[in-house]
Amino acid sequence: MTTSMTKSDLLLLLCFAAAVLAGPVLLAPIGAGYPDLLQKFAIFGIFALGFNILFGLTGYLSFGHAAFLGVGSYTAVWTFKLLSMNPIPAILLATLLGGLFAAVIGFVSLRRTGIYFSILTLAFAQMSYNLAYSVLTPVTNGETGLQLAQSDPRVLDIAFGRDYGAVLPSSDLFGISMTGYPGFYFCGVMLILCFFVSMRIFRSPFGMMLRAVKSNQNRLNYTGLNTRPYALAAFVISGMYAGLAGGLLAVTDPLAGAERMQWTASGEVVLMTILGGSGTLLGPVIGAGAIKYFENIFSAFNEGVLVQAYSFLPEGLQHVMVWISSLFVGEGWHLTLGALFMIIVIFLPGGLMEGFNRIRAWITGRFGGGGGSLAPAAAE
Amino acid sequence: MDAIVLQILNGLDKGGAYALIALGLTIIFGTLGVVNFAHGALFMLGAFCAVTVKALLSLEKVALDPTQTTAWGTPLEIRTPYVEAWFGDFGTAMLNYSVPISILIAIPVMLLIGVSMERGLIRFFYKRPHAEQILVTFGLAIVLQEIVKSLFGANPIPQPAPDAAKGMIDFGVAIGFQAGNVVYPAWRLIYFLFSVAIIGGVFAFLQFTTFGMVVRAGMADRETVGLLGIDIDRRFTIVFGMAAVVAGLAGAMYTPILSPDYHMGMDFLVLSFVVVVVGGMGSLGGAVVAGFTLGILQSFASMNEVKDILPGIDQIIIYLIAVVILLTRPRGLMGRKGVMEH
Amino acid sequence: MSILSVQNVHKRFGGLRALNEVNLEVEAGTVHAIIGPNGAGKSTLLNCFVGRLEPDTGTVTFDGKSLLGLKPHEINQAGVSRVFQTPEIFGDLSLLENVMIPAFATRDGAFKMNAWRAVDSENSLHDKAMGMLADVGLAEKAGEIASHLSRGDKRRLELAMCLVQDPKLLLLDEPTAGMARADTNNTIDLMKRIAKRGITMVVIEHDMHVVFSLADRISVLAQGTVIAEDLPDGIKGNPKVQEAYLGGAHL
Repeated sequence: MTTSMTKSDLLLLLCFAAAVLAGPVLLAPIGAGYPDLLQKFAIFGIFALGFNILFGLTGYLSFGHAAFLGVGSYTAVWTFKLLSMNPIPAILLATLLGGLFAAVIGFVSLRRTGIYFSILTLAFAQMSYNLAYSVLTPVTNGETGLQLAQSDPRVLDIAFGRDYGAVLPSSDLFGISMTGYPGFYFCGVMLILCFFVSMRIFRSPFGMMLRAVKSNQNRLNYTGLNTRPYALAAFVISGMYAGLAGGLLAVTDPLAGAERMQWTASGEVVLMTILGGSGTLLGPVIGAGAIKYFENIFSAFNEGVLVQAYSFLPEGLQHVMVWISSLFVGEGWHLTLGALFMIIVIFLPGGLMEGFNRIRAWITGRFGGGGGSLAPAAAE
Repeated sequence: MDAIVLQILNGLDKGGAYALIALGLTIIFGTLGVVNFAHGALFMLGAFCAVTVKALLSLEKVALDPTQTTAWGTPLEIRTPYVEAWFGDFGTAMLNYSVPISILIAIPVMLLIGVSMERGLIRFFYKRPHAEQILVTFGLAIVLQEIVKSLFGANPIPQPAPDAAKGMIDFGVAIGFQAGNVVYPAWRLIYFLFSVAIIGGVFAFLQFTTFGMVVRAGMADRETVGLLGIDIDRRFTIVFGMAAVVAGLAGAMYTPILSPDYHMGMDFLVLSFVVVVVGGMGSLGGAVVAGFTLGILQSFASMNEVKDILPGIDQIIIYLIAVVILLTRPRGLMGRKGVMEH
Repeated sequence: MSILSVQNVHKRFGGLRALNEVNLEVEAGTVHAIIGPNGAGKSTLLNCFVGRLEPDTGTVTFDGKSLLGLKPHEINQAGVSRVFQTPEIFGDLSLLENVMIPAFATRDGAFKMNAWRAVDSENSLHDKAMGMLADVGLAEKAGEIASHLSRGDKRRLELAMCLVQDPKLLLLDEPTAGMARADTNNTIDLMKRIAKRGITMVVIEHDMHVVFSLADRISVLAQGTVIAEDLPDGIKGNPKVQEAYLGGAHL
């Protein structure tokens, strides 16, 4: 299976897998070595990896991917309720349904390009969101969100003689509870798997065609290739990634709410992707991790922490600094997010990966005696 | 019949707001070629101009009246707004009319905001891909709404209409229906008339001034106008400022209808974008027609009779129409060929 | 044997009659040039071959099969490749990728979910693409990004992209427009080599030097109508052509 993989790709995959599995240790020094946050890194990493296959490769900017995430979550919770608390059927069905939804929405939306495509996906996502809150309440449980109940049928669990008794069950993989570290490792393995698939797609002729879609659709058509099935395939794959991510959210915390489908949530995955570097293999995972990490840090700050942090300043200045900083932290985390969005798009449209490449080129240019060409790296 | 008239009336004020925002969006798109996701934020900022004016007018002078005491035996505090203390009855009237007054303040403020936005950010994105324009203005929209949130809090701040416009108008009588069947809040009628006036003003400006002529020419063929040696850049700045003022006024006047909160901009933005796309990117007439049409259709969709047949239709009607229009008429109702097709 | 047959094609744009009863037969294995003054309808005609425009009436038959109503990618899959007036290439991709994409299109058809094998493992297509790049003199730039090429190199790249598909018919829209004389001569040499392989070519060209050093047969289009069709020597001496096309000046 790996016969056609280059050595450097194999090395990258192994390093990636090692880094993910060693996450709890590696990220401990920056205070991110605990399972709840690590789970988020992995889940949103998957979401962004999938989004990148659409946006990064084909250039189609979807503003509706949160809908597929939401569909994944609802599907997973329903699977828990009806079939089994085992996460495997839940994520399989979540992926499948995410893909199905994406196939329908993508089929319609991809009849247009550019901003029209973006607006169409936005419209579909808003429709799903509004419906989840209103008419679809029997399925989604409206504002309360879909939750497990002790009285759920769970036919497979019952058939296999698994009884959770009087407690509200939580998801478990053949007896291993999907909370805490086991939950993270489950998500982590999924992330590695998704990364591997994404890498295969990037290196494949299919991936090359997707980049050609972004580069010049006109030429692609006159080259004998039908653009739309390529874009649709990319859309469906990214929808499946989103469905899987949504399913995993439900696995680690069996609850699904419509706010996951709001268009600002779609905006967040766009930001993750461009922050890391859209169209790069590793970028989206880094972007997702960075955003979830800073969200966690910044939201946790409060006035007291700030007063402490600026205690070395004279009192007047301290107040000013505390006030300014408090705009950006705690409740104000979204302000930071928005500002970050702007800064990245203005100064580093290629994202962090471009930043790394620039630094590397600068270093090799300085110490490696030149000759290193930046162009191929930047274009990747 | 009267139910239908009532629903049409109900759709007019919302339609007016959509039309005003969409008008600015489409002018900016047509002339500057920029997709401005921060336009809803300008609407929201306008609304908060009204909030600020009201707050400033309500600033109170506190005097202690030694002749009267409270139940606790302390001198009674007498609070009078400064405006009343200074201007007497005229001050009271000013307070009452704070929303209309805020328009006067909103014009220069929004112009300033618009111009600095264009000079400080937007102009660097004329040549960048649309995806990047969307992303950077989306970021800006978040920043603006979060700043407003930190200054004004997260809760809606009700703004009263002037007393004279607080009542209901029995509109039905005027067109020969039975009294009491078609009653309509006066302020919403005022808002509709106001939006029509602004729309008329914008069209007249574009139609009858030299400046407007250049802008229209720019919308039709940007490159050629650039070649004529006309200083397009400065005009772009002014166009952007104007669009900001229009959105801001739409927001300020809307406050008695919908108590402003920090995320009202985002809510309206998505709908206004749909309006622009339905009307046709870069088409002024399309934006206005689509704005009112969608506003009215939305109000029809929220009738109980309709909801009984098609549950949830009120939630999705606008998006549904957008999807149908985009698929059947890719350029929208009145779109021009070649706009944004790649 | 005629490989491309155009019969009674009419095309109007509003009140403008762009093509008026155009008939054209292109013999397999020949280079057929279409010349004519500006606005004669040359590009309109070309666009009718490739599915960008649909004629109002008439037929366009390629290899015994009608091209009307087909989409551009279907026409390409039928064996027609096209070079544009301003080169259309994949600017963000490397030269090698630019040439491999059409090679894949020819081998795998209009769509194939080929998402698991690596591009790098496709040795035969890789070699073919590299060979093609060497043919047009761009082999040493294979890893570079296409948008960085000079205009002349972009043109040669586009030619390589078409040739790697082994097309039955190659359409060229002013392949030497805007080129310096030396580049033009290089291009002529390249096209002569292509012609030797037996690829049928239809060339739209302004430059008479190019036309007369390449074409086996020439059609002259004026005001949407074919006013003459002959061997190059016949066209040179045709007074009708000189009148319409050159306003009486001698070639």
